[in-house]
Amino acid sequence: MLEIIKSVPIDYYVYLSSILFCIGVFGVLIRRNAIVVLMCIELMLNAVNLLLAAFSTYLSDGQGQIMVFFIMVVAAAEAAVGLGILVMIYRNTKSTDISFLDKIRN
Amino acid sequence: MTLAIFLTLAVVSVFFSLLMVFTKNPIHSVLYLILTFFSIAAHYILLNAQFLAVVHIIVYAGAIMVLFLFVLMLLNLNKDTEPQKSVGWKFAAAIAAGLLLLTFLGALKGSIQLQQVANADPAVGLVKNLGTVLFRDFVVPFEIAGILFLAAMVGAVLVGKRDLKI
Repeated sequence: MLEIIKSVPIDYYVYLSSILFCIGVFGVLIRRNAIVVLMCIELMLNAVNLLLAAFSTYLSDGQGQIMVFFIMVVAAAEAAVGLGILVMIYRNTKSTDISFLDKIRN
Repeated sequence: MTLAIFLTLAVVSVFFSLLMVFTKNPIHSVLYLILTFFSIAAHYILLNAQFLAVVHIIVYAGAIMVLFLFVLMLLNLNKDTEPQKSVGWKFAAAIAAGLLLLTFLGALKGSIQLQQVANADPAVGLVKNLGTVLFRDFVVPFEIAGILFLAAMVGAVLVGKRDLKI
């Protein structure tokens, strides 16, 4: 039996992950630089990863940690494609400000 | 003792992620996010998920954040001041995120009844065990992840090319 299962309740991990996820949502809402917005999305993914790993350890089941690997795969692919799109946007508008991108609305 | 380590790490990760959101300079944002990732890796070590901790540091701090930093430097965006959203918008965003947090905490508080595993295996996060699970139960998703990576690589190259002739 691991020390952490006895001394830290799983609720604490749930609270920590919720707080990190909400900080990520807050960052997406207040920042205007698109690169920082992508970073906040990474933070949200990490909050979910942490919770999956915690449940995996507490339930003594390795499948949760495998799921974390797949989330990392998707995060890496997302970062590569997202940054490619951002470089393209910068080439056309000379800015990475997301408020320039609402032209698509009209 | 373990509880104290957990609480310290939790405070550190929340602190650095808040700094990441609030600092003005995008380069500083990247560096604070790397520190947040290191504290999350420490959480993984505390959970005895050692392989996950190593992979997390290699993939996030070593690859993804370097990519972010590279793009920031390439686009020369490391200015101290970037355009900010209005105060009203920030206030609304704070209320929205706070309400989301309140909903999470209210919905999840006391609702988790974990059945205590009788003989929990402490070696569940080690390479041997994880490799067995990955290549016995998750072979097909593993291969699909490889195809996803190939598609993402081709897509990134196509998006990044200056004048595409098809």
